[in-house]
Amino acid sequence: MMGVALRLAGTLAGGALIVLLGLPLLGLMFRVEPSQLIRRLGEPAVLDALRLSLITSTAAALVVVVLGLPLAYLLAQGPFRGRRLLETLVDLPMVLPPTVAGLALLLAFGRMGLAGRALGFFGISLPFTTLAVVVAQVFMSVPFFVHAARAGFASVDRRYREAAATLRAPEPVVFLRVLVPLSLPSLIAGAGMSWARALGEFGATIIFAGNYPGRTQTMPLGVYVALQQDVEVAVTLSLILVAMSVTLLVGLRLLPGAIPGVPVAGVSGR
Amino acid sequence: MKIGAILLPLALRASVAEAQATTAEPELTVFAAASLSGAFQEIGGMFERAHPGTRVSFNFAGSQQLATQLEQGATDDLFASADERWMTYAADKGLLAEPPRLFAHNRLVVIVPATNPARIGRLQDLAKRGVKLVIAAEAVPVGAYTRQALGKLAQAPDFSTDFDRRVLANVVSQEENVKAVVTKVQLGEADAGVVYVSDATGSVARHLRAFPIPDAQNVVADYPIAVLNGAKAPKAAADFAELVLAPEGQEVLKRFGLIPAAVQAGMALPAGIR
Repeated sequence: MMGVALRLAGTLAGGALIVLLGLPLLGLMFRVEPSQLIRRLGEPAVLDALRLSLITSTAAALVVVVLGLPLAYLLAQGPFRGRRLLETLVDLPMVLPPTVAGLALLLAFGRMGLAGRALGFFGISLPFTTLAVVVAQVFMSVPFFVHAARAGFASVDRRYREAAATLRAPEPVVFLRVLVPLSLPSLIAGAGMSWARALGEFGATIIFAGNYPGRTQTMPLGVYVALQQDVEVAVTLSLILVAMSVTLLVGLRLLPGAIPGVPVAGVSGR
Repeated sequence: MKIGAILLPLALRASVAEAQATTAEPELTVFAAASLSGAFQEIGGMFERAHPGTRVSFNFAGSQQLATQLEQGATDDLFASADERWMTYAADKGLLAEPPRLFAHNRLVVIVPATNPARIGRLQDLAKRGVKLVIAAEAVPVGAYTRQALGKLAQAPDFSTDFDRRVLANVVSQEENVKAVVTKVQLGEADAGVVYVSDATGSVARHLRAFPIPDAQNVVADYPIAVLNGAKAPKAAADFAELVLAPEGQEVLKRFGLIPAAVQAGMALPAGIR
């Protein structure tokens, strides 16, 4: 009896969540006529934002992968002094409100910022540039890759590394020839999640990089701005973002050797 | 100072004594243009002291955003816009419970950081290559006014005819409300910005230098206010609007750099707004 009641409550609770998650997507889909949608897709405002978003998020994901690999490797090693601190620092962007991140970036890398003054010495000014968009996206998406990569490295059987070591393979070779190939699915999943996070970045971008069409107005900013002028453009941009996100998630699941359940927040499903 | 602090609430209490009888409305929500944030918060404090039991809460944002939020079903009591465009928009959507009333005006000013990194010495310098200018987006009232004023400046004797085009080419960001423009200039990230005179007052003033735009080329922003349809606190909303239009409210607006309604056009709105 108790079991039935619990099961019913569970079904209701789960159902409520599914409605909460699913209904807004339907709302987006039925707001604009398909013919309208296709026409809107060709609008310069939409195309500019799409192009800028694709370029910046891909660049951000590449930077995160290249700079994140050594960091993830370091974190996957045995305990060392300051590891906890480092982990917290890496995790922070995942829980930090993006607006706070944007302000912090501005105060650090802005023209008057701590590091920004030094950059200015070399004639570099980050705010209001496409580069600033990438920096904001990198900041926000680092944890997703580092977590997944670290979990991937940690899950590689020690014996493979030891075998490689007995063959006198130097550490970088072990890393590149053994660790990276064996944890490739995790790395790809992490890179994918980082890319998606970069694609969706809004708060840090609008504060640190500002809003200018074709230069810093990515798709999420385009949605926000269009919402105040032309709701149909906002819906069109939103649907593109939804389609890209869904494609990414499905793609990651179909990945050969992929983990059931994309690793998010470092919880790799192995 | 001390005497004023005691006398002012007393005077207010007298002036809105009738209104005080009804305190059944515990919360009043006001949607107001971002440029009103300083003045309205102070008027809100006056209102709360005069109406014990009623709490005033504000949503400050670009008028275009407020109008859209209201259209999307935000249920609020009072709307104060920084231009007639978005008040008319709200009227057209049937959101207003009464004809809007003009309660203030504002003018534009060019601001630069106190450090003046781009060495702006006069308005003409805004067209210099490489000046990082931040203005509001076209949909934001101040953004539309800014473009109008730049157009007028381009026609002025001491300015080149392509002044507006060259200045707009220097824009590095189009912000969503006037306060975001102030912030970017105040932090020294932008070389210059165009905001309302009222935004260059108060605590931020010491971080900024202001360059006035001559009257002939300036634009007068008109601020209408109206009680909203479906207001949960219609009485409090009407009282708040009265307070804004009353001498006490106008005095606060003036102190924050806005121009009292009576100074320019009377209290009535020109045709076009119902």
